[in-house]
Amino acid sequence: MSSLPPAAEDLFLRPRSVLLERIVEWTIRSSAFVVIAALVLIFVFVGKEALPILTSSAVHEEVDLVRMVAPLESGGFSWQPVSTVPKYSLLPLFLGTLKVTLVALLFAIPVALGAAIFTSEFAPQGIREVLKPVVELLAGIPSVVVGFFALMVLATWLQDAFGLLLRLNAITAGLGLAVAVIPIVYTVAEDALTAVPQVFRDGSFALGANRWQTAWRVVLPAAMPGVFAACVLGAGRAFGETMIVLMSSGNAPTVSLDPTESFRSFSATIAAELGEAVHGGPHYHVLFFLGAFLFVVTFGLNLAGHWYVGRLRDKMQGKSRLASRGGGR
Amino acid sequence: MSRWIRFVGWLFTSLTGLCCLMILAMVVIILGDILVHGAPGLSWEFVSAEPRVGMTEGGIFPAIFGTVALVLLMTAAVVPLGVATAIYLHEYAAQDSRVVHLVRLALQNLAGVPAIVFGLFGLGFFVQFAGGGLDALFFGGRLAFGQPCILWAALTLAVLTLPTVVVATEESLRAVPKSYREAAYSMGATRWQVMRRVVLPQSVGGMLTGAILAISRGAGEVAPIMFTGAAYYLPYLPKKLNDQFMELGYHIYVMTTQSPDVEATLPILYSTVLVLLLVTFGLNFTAVIVRSRIRRRLRQT
Amino acid sequence: MSDADSVIEVRGFSAWYGTHAALEDVSLDVLAGEILGIIGPAGGGKSTFLRSLNRLNDLQANFRSSGTIRYLGLDLADPRVDVARLRRRIGMVFAVPVPLPGTIRDNLALGPSFNGTRADLPALMEKTLRAAYLWDEVKDRLGMSAFSLSGGQQQRLCLARTLMMEPDVLLLDEPCSGLDPISTAKIEDALEELKKEVTVVLVTNNVMQASRVADRTAFFLQGRLVECGPTAQLFLTPKETVTNEYVSGRFG
Repeated sequence: MSSLPPAAEDLFLRPRSVLLERIVEWTIRSSAFVVIAALVLIFVFVGKEALPILTSSAVHEEVDLVRMVAPLESGGFSWQPVSTVPKYSLLPLFLGTLKVTLVALLFAIPVALGAAIFTSEFAPQGIREVLKPVVELLAGIPSVVVGFFALMVLATWLQDAFGLLLRLNAITAGLGLAVAVIPIVYTVAEDALTAVPQVFRDGSFALGANRWQTAWRVVLPAAMPGVFAACVLGAGRAFGETMIVLMSSGNAPTVSLDPTESFRSFSATIAAELGEAVHGGPHYHVLFFLGAFLFVVTFGLNLAGHWYVGRLRDKMQGKSRLASRGGGR
Repeated sequence: MSRWIRFVGWLFTSLTGLCCLMILAMVVIILGDILVHGAPGLSWEFVSAEPRVGMTEGGIFPAIFGTVALVLLMTAAVVPLGVATAIYLHEYAAQDSRVVHLVRLALQNLAGVPAIVFGLFGLGFFVQFAGGGLDALFFGGRLAFGQPCILWAALTLAVLTLPTVVVATEESLRAVPKSYREAAYSMGATRWQVMRRVVLPQSVGGMLTGAILAISRGAGEVAPIMFTGAAYYLPYLPKKLNDQFMELGYHIYVMTTQSPDVEATLPILYSTVLVLLLVTFGLNFTAVIVRSRIRRRLRQT
Repeated sequence: MSDADSVIEVRGFSAWYGTHAALEDVSLDVLAGEILGIIGPAGGGKSTFLRSLNRLNDLQANFRSSGTIRYLGLDLADPRVDVARLRRRIGMVFAVPVPLPGTIRDNLALGPSFNGTRADLPALMEKTLRAAYLWDEVKDRLGMSAFSLSGGQQQRLCLARTLMMEPDVLLLDEPCSGLDPISTAKIEDALEELKKEVTVVLVTNNVMQASRVADRTAFFLQGRLVECGPTAQLFLTPKETVTNEYVSGRFG
């Protein structure tokens, strides 16, 4: 057993070729870790600048968590970071973000879901192939362009049409925001609906249901986790979108839920104020704190959304396996 | 009863159809409005000249130049990284391993991080940590890279567009038949030889698509570059990695919101928006064509 | 040590894909210079066996095996073994022709390029193409796409491509399953010539093909080696009745 013929020993690994393969493999492996690292670094470096809000006594002289949430000593809530007595109430920003997100979702979700149902259930193949690129086109419009359009054109139209007092308000910004939200809701929902196996529909038709009954009572419920995921991911997008809101909200930090009033969102506040905030000052840390908050909330929404997508996939795979087994007999 | 059912069915179909029409209308109205108002101002001078009179006249060449330089730098960073990640996910890692799940999860969430958070990250990590560190190590504390500049803006965008490149590349790797890999392995190729000689040449199109989509995304993003390198106005073009730069999207934002006389600059503004759209859609369109070519070729083999 | 004339020795070899047992306790020798035919119904473990000989199953994530396979006395599972080098010596041709994108010449040059050797390529190409009975058909169009060839020509190109590595052992996995009788005959003729230089293991589900070209034949059934012997003996006086039933076409 000790001696092998030379022809066999010729098959042993050569250090040089092993080395090359190792180097390549480690390069590739480490680049994959960069992806994980990127996400961690985002959290760490945004969080690092946000942390002084909780820990630094120098910052606490001007602002702390309690003062950001509770009513001001002077009464009420207000966001005035660059006045002689800086005020950092989050309530105006929260209400602003809330109302613009609601307006955007109230418009975007029905439209996107309706369109998704139409393309997956009713539309002939031709229309389907037209609408997909159209939605991609919509998704491809940079948000600064949508913001520009909302500010310059949409605001005027809405003001004229509804006789609004202010050009820039939550309706204008919300509709602009819907342009950014619709593609993501549509895409995820349409994927979910087309993932429903054809046998579901055939079964429903066989029971005498027509197409809308099938769509409404069979396909939509079956695709529900995916539809839900679409809404959650859309909400995440609306919550974090910056440029559209920045350009078309009026940026007035009002304490109001009236959609016809100007407002200011978390994301737009960061974009508008970070340039002027003194590096390392309380204002600077507050803005990073808002960023960390945005990150955590959107991260949560994304996790939830993708969890629902995964659940839909499991559900469909389980059911379609059953269905195909049944069909085989 | 049956008439009522038919009526509801008709209503349901028309309502959902109307939703489709609304999406179509949005695209047509937005693009149409910009095309109608922006096209008259387009000229060779507009894209090749410097801005004049407080940017209310002249061209937008510096912004175009800055955008191109920015996305080229970004591409140089994101394509190798994204392609390597896709290769790892699809070729090197054991499928269903923990790491693969983690990387995919990270990619999904990276794609959902708001653009403005990328801006904060770029400022905190690249400009201050990496740039400040470079200055302390190599420039004796003199300010060189510890400031917003085109390098950091490009790297910030590279992180933002990473998922796009990975997804497109992985799709094209998936399209390479397994039998090709087996054939190459059975001929005594090492793993890297299989990659380099057989698989990667087949997926060049996917990488190209990924790069193009990343560029078209990166060219339109403003929030991440606001604090990491874009400048309001510069009398010179960026020549070094640590120069600031003008960029189309940021230019549009600044001109729209901070111009003293928006009405006067509106025609120029519209044309600038049109140029930005032409750049992003031009690239997107190229990606669509490249992708369909690949698919057709794959169907043939 | 083993008999001097056995190139590959398989001892107590079992294999699983996940929990599915594909091979159970197979022991078999491949002798130098022979054509070993492997027959048996589909799903009997023939391909798994063949793909274990050049460790191609390693690519399968859920593949496991036990027992030993020795090539020239060397255990293939030995961590010192360079799998790539091993596969250059034990070449393989698949059931479905797998020409790679590129010209005929690209296909032929690919294998040698992995090795880094740039010997007299054109001469070697002519030699292998002649050995695969393809030279006359393609000698004027080596620069054409490999996909432009017919199915039978593609498979002979794959044979030539494998021969470019000048292997010791040639593993053929149902190489004629999709081919017309003329192409099949050409490949069988090629094998007769080739066995002067290489050892051939031929998996086939065409019993007649085994009887035509194999020196010895092994019969696999449900992951087990039922019996193995000289082809004439296996076909005329098999030890097991199930072998008799299979070769006489009663099942499979």
